[in-house]
Amino acid sequence: MIVAERKPMGEIIEMVQDCKKVLVLACRGCVTVCSAGGEREAEILSSLIRLGMKKAGKSIEVDTGSLVRQCDREYIDEIDQYKDDYDAVVSTACGVGVNFISNLRKDTMVYPALNTTFFGGSAEQGEWTEQCAGCGDCVLHLTGGLCPVARCAKSLMNGPCGGSVDGRCEIHRDVECIWQSIHDRLGSFDRAAQMEVIAPIRDWSSAGHGGPRKVVRDDLTV
Amino acid sequence: MSFDPAITLFSCHYTSQQSCAEDGKELEQLGFPASVNLVRVPCTGKLQMTTLLQAFEDGADGVYVVGCPTDGCHNVKGSIRAAKRVDAVRAALEELGVEGERVQMYHLPRGLHPEFVAKAKEMDSRIRDLGPGPFSS
Repeated sequence: MIVAERKPMGEIIEMVQDCKKVLVLACRGCVTVCSAGGEREAEILSSLIRLGMKKAGKSIEVDTGSLVRQCDREYIDEIDQYKDDYDAVVSTACGVGVNFISNLRKDTMVYPALNTTFFGGSAEQGEWTEQCAGCGDCVLHLTGGLCPVARCAKSLMNGPCGGSVDGRCEIHRDVECIWQSIHDRLGSFDRAAQMEVIAPIRDWSSAGHGGPRKVVRDDLTV
Repeated sequence: MSFDPAITLFSCHYTSQQSCAEDGKELEQLGFPASVNLVRVPCTGKLQMTTLLQAFEDGADGVYVVGCPTDGCHNVKGSIRAAKRVDAVRAALEELGVEGERVQMYHLPRGLHPEFVAKAKEMDSRIRDLGPGPFSS
């Protein structure tokens, strides 16, 4: 899922300080699962905006709504039910949602309530870790299903580096050396020899270094 | 400046039994502060952040929660969950520049105990020292 965190309240209050009425718009997709921008978090944010503005001596009306997702045109269309009612939409979606509203609704001012952080998963309740960098050229079949791009601090393609100690990364003892884990996992499948294959210099253009990326499926376009 | 604070207490069914004793008069007889508005809930673990924040929106100068001891909650982890949510509300208030002491969590024994009144007096004193809350006007 896409993992995100709420922005500091000072930033959000600054965004809406001149507004009289805003809609805090939750997304029931990824950010609901990572407890950053679902309906419950949107209700909390609405309350905090009201309290923050009251403390600043200003009045504001804050309503809360939600969309199934904020990254599909068909769901964005539902925003039209709120048309002209609000000075701004405060979106608790990831950055994709904020962009989509901005793309499709030229008359709607939209502010981001979240900082979008990474593609990750949750192995422990209340804890999310980065697992994928969305680099566009997956090498997981060569690395035992463990991603060196997202999970190695240096994104090394031929690791580990000299900073690997006791299976931990030199940046912090809490971080596993993913190349040690790749070695151990490949070994458990009797494929440790894969570690000796030198990965070629990587073309990072698919990772966004070649500009914004796009996927087109001709079989789905009409 | 002296003022009469408005304090909202959310207490679980088990730690607030004194509110039922003597036809509901025992708390008053024991000196429970008049500033504290007691809201009984089946378990503090069910309290959401929005409920605590709504109390501030409704004008409370302070909000506190009383739940079971962490190792003796009737619903196992209810009061631990409540404490986490109180911490989250405190952090959010501090982000808004509001004193975090305005929201507190207490873990008290179940049944009839003087600590229930003592903590109410402590909270009353704390909020009087802090003065009117920024949301209470």
